[in-house]
Amino acid sequence: MKIVVLLKMVPDVVEELEIAPDGKSLDTTYLRMILNDSDNHALEEALLLKERHGGKVCLLAPDAPEVDDALFAALAKGADRAVKIAGIDAAEGTRAVVARIVQALSTADLLPADLILTGAQAIDDLDGLVAPLLAQTLRWSHLSVVNQVRFDASTGVTTVTKEFPGGLRAEFEIKLPAVLGIQSAEKPPRYVPVAKVRAAMKSLQIDSTTVPIAAGMPALEIQSMAKPSAAGHAEMLEGLPEAVAGKLCDVLAAHGLL
Amino acid sequence: MATVASPHPPGAFEITLENLFSFPQGRRVLTCLQCGTCTATCPYGVGMQYPPRRIIGMLRTGQLEKVLTSDSLLSCVACYACTAKCPRGIELTTVLLPLLKEQMLLSLPEVPSELQRALENMLRYGNPMGESPRKRAAWAKTSSIPIRILPEDPRTTDVLWFVECYTSYHPRGQDTARATAKIFQALGIDFAILGNEEKCAGECVRLSGEPGLHNTLMEYNMQVFRKYKFNSIVTSCPHAYDAFRYSYRTAGFDYELRLATTFLAQHLEALRPMLRGKAGYTVTYHDSCCMGRHNGFYEEPRTLLQAIPGIKLVEMTHNRVNTICCGGGGGGMWLDTYYKAKGYERLSERRVKEAVATGADVLAVACPYEISRFEDAVKVLGYDKRMIVRDITELLVESMEGEI
Amino acid sequence: MSGNIWVVAALCRGRLLDATYEAVALGRELAENLGTKLEVLLLGHELKDVLGTLGIADAVLCVEHAALADPVPEVHAHVVARLAGTRHPQAILVPQTNVTWELGSLVAGELGVPYVNSCTELRMVEQTLEAHTVLYGGKVEAIVRTKHAPSIFGLVSGVRAVEKGYADHAPATERITEVDVQPTSVQLRRYLEPEAGDIDISKEEVLVGVGRGIETRDNLEVSKELADVLGGAICGSRPVIDQGWLPLSRQVGKSGATVKPKLYIAAGISGAPEHVEGMKGSGLIIAINSDPQAPIFQVAHYGIVAKLLDVLPALTEAIRSRSRRGMKQYA
Repeated sequence: MKIVVLLKMVPDVVEELEIAPDGKSLDTTYLRMILNDSDNHALEEALLLKERHGGKVCLLAPDAPEVDDALFAALAKGADRAVKIAGIDAAEGTRAVVARIVQALSTADLLPADLILTGAQAIDDLDGLVAPLLAQTLRWSHLSVVNQVRFDASTGVTTVTKEFPGGLRAEFEIKLPAVLGIQSAEKPPRYVPVAKVRAAMKSLQIDSTTVPIAAGMPALEIQSMAKPSAAGHAEMLEGLPEAVAGKLCDVLAAHGLL
Repeated sequence: MATVASPHPPGAFEITLENLFSFPQGRRVLTCLQCGTCTATCPYGVGMQYPPRRIIGMLRTGQLEKVLTSDSLLSCVACYACTAKCPRGIELTTVLLPLLKEQMLLSLPEVPSELQRALENMLRYGNPMGESPRKRAAWAKTSSIPIRILPEDPRTTDVLWFVECYTSYHPRGQDTARATAKIFQALGIDFAILGNEEKCAGECVRLSGEPGLHNTLMEYNMQVFRKYKFNSIVTSCPHAYDAFRYSYRTAGFDYELRLATTFLAQHLEALRPMLRGKAGYTVTYHDSCCMGRHNGFYEEPRTLLQAIPGIKLVEMTHNRVNTICCGGGGGGMWLDTYYKAKGYERLSERRVKEAVATGADVLAVACPYEISRFEDAVKVLGYDKRMIVRDITELLVESMEGEI
Repeated sequence: MSGNIWVVAALCRGRLLDATYEAVALGRELAENLGTKLEVLLLGHELKDVLGTLGIADAVLCVEHAALADPVPEVHAHVVARLAGTRHPQAILVPQTNVTWELGSLVAGELGVPYVNSCTELRMVEQTLEAHTVLYGGKVEAIVRTKHAPSIFGLVSGVRAVEKGYADHAPATERITEVDVQPTSVQLRRYLEPEAGDIDISKEEVLVGVGRGIETRDNLEVSKELADVLGGAICGSRPVIDQGWLPLSRQVGKSGATVKPKLYIAAGISGAPEHVEGMKGSGLIIAINSDPQAPIFQVAHYGIVAKLLDVLPALTEAIRSRSRRGMKQYA
């Protein structure tokens, strides 16, 4: 099974995000980038499939700060090849990025593939989701919010489980090649010891490919950005635990809940 | 003061499982009597599928594979009890177990999620809680004493105070940080901290089987040390002290080094006249494994406590070299859920029961891991009306300010 | 005259999801604002049972076809795109439920028109549609504008109160049965029910929700005790469920249940949008978190910055002692 995993770096919200002086972008002074969480799950699902059915897992990621660390960690976990797409601007719209990904799949020689896995969403998705748009462009089958991918080698049938509301799940049969937006892998993403990552950094390399920006794909323009106003902020109760507990009891009593 | 002498020969950190027997410490494993003292003294020895005695036996008969693919070694909380008690002087905690744990971490199908998150956080944020590195010195703003932060004011300082993670971020650790700063100032110490440039020293990381991560943190911290001019390093954390004293040697660490507790004990004569407030309570002191059994600091914390006027110090049944681990070492700090699932008694609860049995009002500690662990255990066991947990520095400051 | 406002209904096994009514409520305001009509697009097979509550809209476009019976996103998206191509709506509102997750992107992609993800607010400003969206896990709000018609807007859950979009009558209905069905290689096989045997958290009046801030499984106990004294149940956010600390049936949020208890105590829940959308309709929300910046405080009515292990037992005890006092009065 040949699997391509699309990885994307997103702002790390452990660090407080600040708005830049222009009022419409993030201040990058202290901004750190981290692998998008559901992309990490997509990687794990791909590694699980490789362990069960053999094959190769190739990584494709737009270049971004700290992306090398994420790619080497993924290689150390068991991915076979990593390719960066150079020169992508963070402000490019999702559709332009998808067009670049489609080109990079060819220039980096990643096709044909059976599956392209990526996160069902990224925390900086503004104007579209990568998985459905990519499937549409490639004319491949597609499902998102997926939490399980099963391949039956004897019948060649691939089944995919998608999360629905209320804990309900739906099982689909899907023809390959397919693009899947992974919500969560069957198992939490694995740990990779630093020594293995360091060994990967010494022995492996990350390929880079350059593709031109697609014309005629305007991105949405952000008028302004702000941290959520305090207007909708909770009334804060302060004091020692016992005092706070007392105040809360008053609130509950006032609402007829005691 | 001269730098401390290392009890480990310089080669101790070059040992691998493959070359184990070409080193004296490794060959000593072959002298094992299979007496089982290690297993009997191990706090989780009863629960382990392969306790220390069996592990050595299997190592000698070439059956290590079974040990490395089991999760037995996760039960080692690096308390040094087996090492301290071994009649043959086999260095289990310092040499053999870390090597095995490293292999285990590579072979385990799944690392317990709590531990995994702590390790990932340590690599990314330099602290196990996943707190923002930019907020590492946030506590300093809440200190009544001005705290010099070297990256902002890089003038030479006498003492570089390595605060460490729990003291920097944990709300109760921050109490200790503020208390320590007050004492330093009262003693006229010229000190400064590394602020956001400090990262975890990584001792627990190495002892939980992640030497690569330890080395990454070590290389980073060594680079930061080299940026500044200072005369000595004082740290609030016995685990950081231990890392600096032993493993950091391989990276050229040769600074004068002291633990905050021993540093204050050295300044006792200057400190004593300031201890005005009379304590009306009885205190019992918990020996941290790392500080006591591995580094031999048993008397310094007790000397400090006894300098507080009116204090009554009582000992627990297990004290000094016989101390019972709080359960937080060697990665145990991030395995509470895992141990719970195994049905293990929480070591912090075992320890608190013993502390309460002394009749003491205060459980005094000197390791930042212990405040949160013991306060939690005190609450869980319902002793919160009978006993409080305090860092020694907090008790000293209370007496200095006469607030007792 | 400008085109109509469309809301694409989110249907799960023949039942309308609440997010549909929320979108209808917002769509109604927008349609008034623009002086145009609000139409609900209902795609499926044998749909008559669900029409009776959509009367807030001016009309329902009921697209019925056997091929639309199952929620295969690419099939549904193609039908919506084709209809939009002939009827020229001004805006298409798609509630972002897991059923309709891919739809907005696919329709926008097929039509080559703008799509705005995760909208919390939509209005007309200077002849331009202005959308408020949330980014970075709810840490930042952004405002974007689009003049293009149609533009597609994905709506986060809770944009309006469900009741505002809910009616006890059906609007005018136009049935469309001639549709261009695209062949697909995605087939629904079966639904997998959530693990049975547990309580139904959506029916509980008091819930204590626990999140990653609970830190260890042990701390679940203090939350359970609190839920017990309040006569309620315990539930959790995704990390807690993923951890295996609570069964899937206790998950609240986008992939779990949507709950509206009279009281929701969020213990150690940071307030990621995926969780918030499952509980923001609760009557009274109390949040306890050690991080004063946690987004949950934007949603909660009352907040406490503290460690759970400090506050939860104290609260449990306080409630116990009050109930005891109460009982004495009646004794």
